Amino acid sequence: MKIMDILLMYIKAFTVGGVICSIGQVLIMKTKLTSARILVGYVTAGVILGALGLYKPLVDFAGAGATVPLTGFGYLLAKGAIDGAESQGILGAFTGGVIAGAAGISAAVFFGYLAALLFKPKMKS
Amino acid sequence: MSNDYAARYQAMVSRLAPKSDMLNGILRAFFVGGLICMIGQAINDLYNYGMCLGADATAAATSITLIVISALLTGVGVYDRIGKFAGAGSIVPITGFANSVIAPAMEFRREGLVMGVGAKLFTLAGPVLVYGISSSVIVGLIVCLLK
Repeated sequence: MKIMDILLMYIKAFTVGGVICSIGQVLIMKTKLTSARILVGYVTAGVILGALGLYKPLVDFAGAGATVPLTGFGYLLAKGAIDGAESQGILGAFTGGVIAGAAGISAAVFFGYLAALLFKPKMKS
Repeated sequence: MSNDYAARYQAMVSRLAPKSDMLNGILRAFFVGGLICMIGQAINDLYNYGMCLGADATAAATSITLIVISALLTGVGVYDRIGKFAGAGSIVPITGFANSVIAPAMEFRREGLVMGVGAKLFTLAGPVLVYGISSSVIVGLIVCLLK
């Protein structure tokens, strides 16, 4: 049965992740939003949905299908800020979000820097 | 007579084409975005069940792994090709965020290591972090007020 549960989780992750990305595609095609605005919109939406307690059920349901899209990063920031505010007050409100998102932020900066040093940009065709 | 058919056919194509483009784009975004999330789930399971990391460590390690994969694929130019096919399917996942950090940093390397790579690294990451962190601080402050 455990194998079936894991398999089901993959299907949920695929479906929910796919739907979240499809919504982004509709926004791009309907409104001509740039990818920067899509990313900003998704992160902010994740923070708001996380703060309202609406995103956690989706994470519990779909796992990586909800955490891998950038809304999941927003959810992580909101969750960290809320936990921080509850345990440490105003100081925690400021530190909690970035602490929760630290792995993603540091990895993106560090490996981004490394990749820029190691790889030559391709010519645009 | 055949010209008339050709003209009507062209009219029909131009009437129908945008819609199927839309559907096509949505399906591609769905498939690739879903696939990236499923790979994320597999990496997650590997850390969670395979290495028995805790929930927080698993989530952090999964993010870092996806970012490394995205950095490599961006570096060799494969991620851009995936992006041309998948649209939002490659932008919305955290791999797309990593790509948006790395691509401008690579491109502006010739402007130097500080103002080229160092500054352009944040071309897209900057706005994301500004809005993400600021809104999380607001959420935290609201929680403080409500306590």
